[in-house]
Amino acid sequence: MRRREFIAALAAAAWAAGCRDGAAVVPALPPGELLGASHGAGHRLRGRDFPAPAETQDHQVVIVGGGVAGLAAAWRLLKAGISDFRILELEADAGGSARFGTNTVSPYPWGAHYVTLPPPEAVHVRELLADLGVIAGNPLAVKPRYEERYLCHDPQERLYRNGMWQEGLLPEIAARDEDRRQYRRFHELMDGFKARRGRGGRKAFAIPVAESAPDPELTALDRMTMREFLHANGLDSEPLHWYVNHACRDDFGAGLGETSAWAGVHYFASRDADAENADPGTVLTWPEGNGWVVRQLAARLGTRIVTRAAVHRVRDAGRRVEVDYFKLDEGRTVRARAARAIFAAPMFLVPYLLEGAPDALVTAARAFQYAPWLVANLTLKAAPLERAGAPLSWDNVIYDSPGIGYVVATHQALRTAPGPTVLTYYLPLSGQPPAAGRERLLAASRDEWAGAILADLARPHPDIRDLATRLDVFRWGHAMVRPVPGFVWSRARTAFAAPHGRLHFAHSDLSGMSLFEEAVYWGARAAEAVLKKL
Amino acid sequence: MTHALLASVFIIASCGLAYELIAAALSSYLIGDSVTQFSTVIGVYLFAMGVGSFLSRYIEKRLAVRFIQIELLVAALGGFAALALFLVFAWLEGPFRLALYGIVLVVGVLVGLEIPLVMRILRQHIPFRDLVAQVLTFDYLGALAVSLVFPLFLAPQIGLVRSGLMFGIMNALVAVWAVWLFRHDIPNRRWLKAQCAVVLLMLGGGFAYAERLTQFAEQQLYTEEIVYARSSPYQRIVLTRWRDDIRFYLNHNLQFSSRDEYRYHEALVHPGLQALPRAKRVLILGGGDGLAAREVLRYPGVEAIVLVDLDPDVTRLFSTSPVLRALNRDSLKSGRVQIFNEDALQWLERNTELFDFIVVDFPDPSNYSLGKLYTSVFYRLLARNLAPDGLAAIQTTSPLYARQSFWCVVTTVESAELRATPYHAMVPSFGEWGFIIAGRRPYTPPAGYDLQHRFLTPDATRAMFQFPKDMERVPAEVNRLNNQILVRYFEREWRRVIR
Repeated sequence: MRRREFIAALAAAAWAAGCRDGAAVVPALPPGELLGASHGAGHRLRGRDFPAPAETQDHQVVIVGGGVAGLAAAWRLLKAGISDFRILELEADAGGSARFGTNTVSPYPWGAHYVTLPPPEAVHVRELLADLGVIAGNPLAVKPRYEERYLCHDPQERLYRNGMWQEGLLPEIAARDEDRRQYRRFHELMDGFKARRGRGGRKAFAIPVAESAPDPELTALDRMTMREFLHANGLDSEPLHWYVNHACRDDFGAGLGETSAWAGVHYFASRDADAENADPGTVLTWPEGNGWVVRQLAARLGTRIVTRAAVHRVRDAGRRVEVDYFKLDEGRTVRARAARAIFAAPMFLVPYLLEGAPDALVTAARAFQYAPWLVANLTLKAAPLERAGAPLSWDNVIYDSPGIGYVVATHQALRTAPGPTVLTYYLPLSGQPPAAGRERLLAASRDEWAGAILADLARPHPDIRDLATRLDVFRWGHAMVRPVPGFVWSRARTAFAAPHGRLHFAHSDLSGMSLFEEAVYWGARAAEAVLKKL
Repeated sequence: MTHALLASVFIIASCGLAYELIAAALSSYLIGDSVTQFSTVIGVYLFAMGVGSFLSRYIEKRLAVRFIQIELLVAALGGFAALALFLVFAWLEGPFRLALYGIVLVVGVLVGLEIPLVMRILRQHIPFRDLVAQVLTFDYLGALAVSLVFPLFLAPQIGLVRSGLMFGIMNALVAVWAVWLFRHDIPNRRWLKAQCAVVLLMLGGGFAYAERLTQFAEQQLYTEEIVYARSSPYQRIVLTRWRDDIRFYLNHNLQFSSRDEYRYHEALVHPGLQALPRAKRVLILGGGDGLAAREVLRYPGVEAIVLVDLDPDVTRLFSTSPVLRALNRDSLKSGRVQIFNEDALQWLERNTELFDFIVVDFPDPSNYSLGKLYTSVFYRLLARNLAPDGLAAIQTTSPLYARQSFWCVVTTVESAELRATPYHAMVPSFGEWGFIIAGRRPYTPPAGYDLQHRFLTPDATRAMFQFPKDMERVPAEVNRLNNQILVRYFEREWRRVIR
């Protein structure tokens, strides 16, 4: 199903919804809700229409934003013995794009759902995972030992094309010899980048991005798109382009024609971490995706996380930072004062929240672009009917689909019999300007999205519509930062690496790519900078 | 007449593609490896159609009659192809592929004859340019219709055998229709009408009895009489009987034969349990047939047996059928036995009480679901449920036929910080079979038995713990949830043994 057909299915679903009273040709859709970020509160920020503070509280540190960066900063503070701080989160739950849901069948992700094995440079990620019991023994070992049940169980991924499933995502079905030759050439290229070291012996493509070598001949890749990079290397195979496009959309919410070649190569050349008990390329995952980490951290942080707190003003008041937040449930503003604050919200909010932000920061903040995403969770009362080929895997991708496939929440469950499950379907609205994608995201109703998603999934699973007992749709207007050409190595991005007075910035935005590892890096780094000043 | 023949082109094309798809789907269902099956079947079929087209030039006279007869032949051969292949697979071990490609070749040749003949008949009515355009249009439309209906509706709803017969009937109806269409050209039609009637009757009868014939074919998969067959939500349960031999199958894999199961169950239970004179609590994982429980119940010191088997249909069968209750000596009804129909992994994770002896009697790791029950995570959970001095006895496929699989399980048990003591026994219906005793302390096989056994003696036991050269240890990786290497070893090794 090409994008055009998906849109046609959307239209058909709309039509079917419109004439429900007529002949019921299409079986009824499963019930479900339309969920999403708090648009109302978010848009209110622009008007600054909030009451004056009714109360002032003093803390050592205030963290704005309870996504993975904010939680990682808090984790690092707790580890250093600092406990007087607050995390202010706009939504009803912490976690940002790693939030999760849960029902009687299984917990399931609403967004980020895996972490690749962290390389040695990702020190903070390694330490965090060791704290949470994911790594056993020395977290800084060359080959750490991971708790087996958090490693993605085999089979990890499969691809559906021409009526059958294959193992792995690199298209083998219908591939020609020339395609395979180009696959090899592409992998040789990427292996070259994996092994490559720049100035000072730094990896050419590291996780965290900040550890990558800034050599001009490497950063030059940031000035072209991933598609241009492939063509420049004589790689024009259609299935290879599909594969790279899939990777770019998966990690960046942008297609290979929209993604910086530096970011695209980073995807393939940065993930070379070893483990004692897993192959490189294995990922860590949980039924609720990265929500599992969020859940663990939130449990430790307890009431230090203040949810439904709309921060609307951040001001460096000389000896203290003032953070005013509107309690959505109580209808009043509270002023939190602290020696230091960590701004762990998306950078595009800086101009709206930071009072007296210098022009340079405002300009820099406006350079950040965000990809809109749609994520749906389908609860199934039984395992779906299967086509020929590879069995149900954790990640299941359909070749000619507008989405990037679905993951199975119960894949990591310790059970042997198939049974009810939850599928999480991902659709990045790439291939168009983000504003247009957001418009499309908001224009369609839950029923329209549900109809189109079920039609897409019905190709490999003809009985999906009969099995689905619920289908919720989550609209992410600003799901992830887009590493468009020129952005990763731009000054806009690096402008936030240094603190602004008593305010430190921490977010995966600062890496130009929305990865768990990057969020943890910036959160922990900001916390360490704050610790030095307390 | 022109329109009628074009409509029949549509049906002919649908049927032609349907036979090809059914043969490919059936062969990949029975042999596996769908990529190879689909491409070779489709390739042979297309080639055969080419042969048919070529041969059509040798049909010179009485085109209409030949066309009708070819239709009838295609109807009969194509219609019964799936059923025939199923029977061949069930009956005869070797020549399934021969039969498959033979049938595909013959049906393909006949289908290849159809369209050229129709074109030659129609040539008298339509100019050549329109003829080619129209015939090929309907040909391709028919193919499209089936390619959509087959995977979406026919295969899942009607089944392969009945779909084949249905298309056969459609082919035969085209023949009947043609008899009527050409009524003016064919002088003596009685003979043709009779042929049509016979083919239609056969196909109709086949369709009506397809269910029973499929069952009959399945019966042939087993050499014995099926006395019980049922599909539970988890597996296909089949029980067969031939004279005094009762055999129990899950998903067509033999679980035991009543003639020699005592060898298997004595070897599974007694070397471990004899070494635990103070054992009071015993856990049996799998083993819903109650045969391992029967052996454990012989120890008066054992106070409680917990049996965890996923499938309630299996435990119900073995606690209600008189023959099976005689075989397991009503072990599942014993006051000392408590049954949980649950997933063993989940049960182990939930359970908090320790067991002195654990019997692990799962089916072989033939798929990823069963493979999970042989991973290091599973054995760690097992260790958590095992008393400090306790032992577990694990059924571990054949060290002879699946040597690396067997040693892979040994390696995996060791990776869970347990000592693994492998042994083996000869069970004629299985072949040379493997087991592992796992525990935290060193284990010494018993020098003698307190109970009288049919198979085990002190001498036989000593030999069981020695591995001759062709079963000696080979290196193997640890089977983990994240690599499922055992399923891969197992599939490779058993593929070499069975065809």
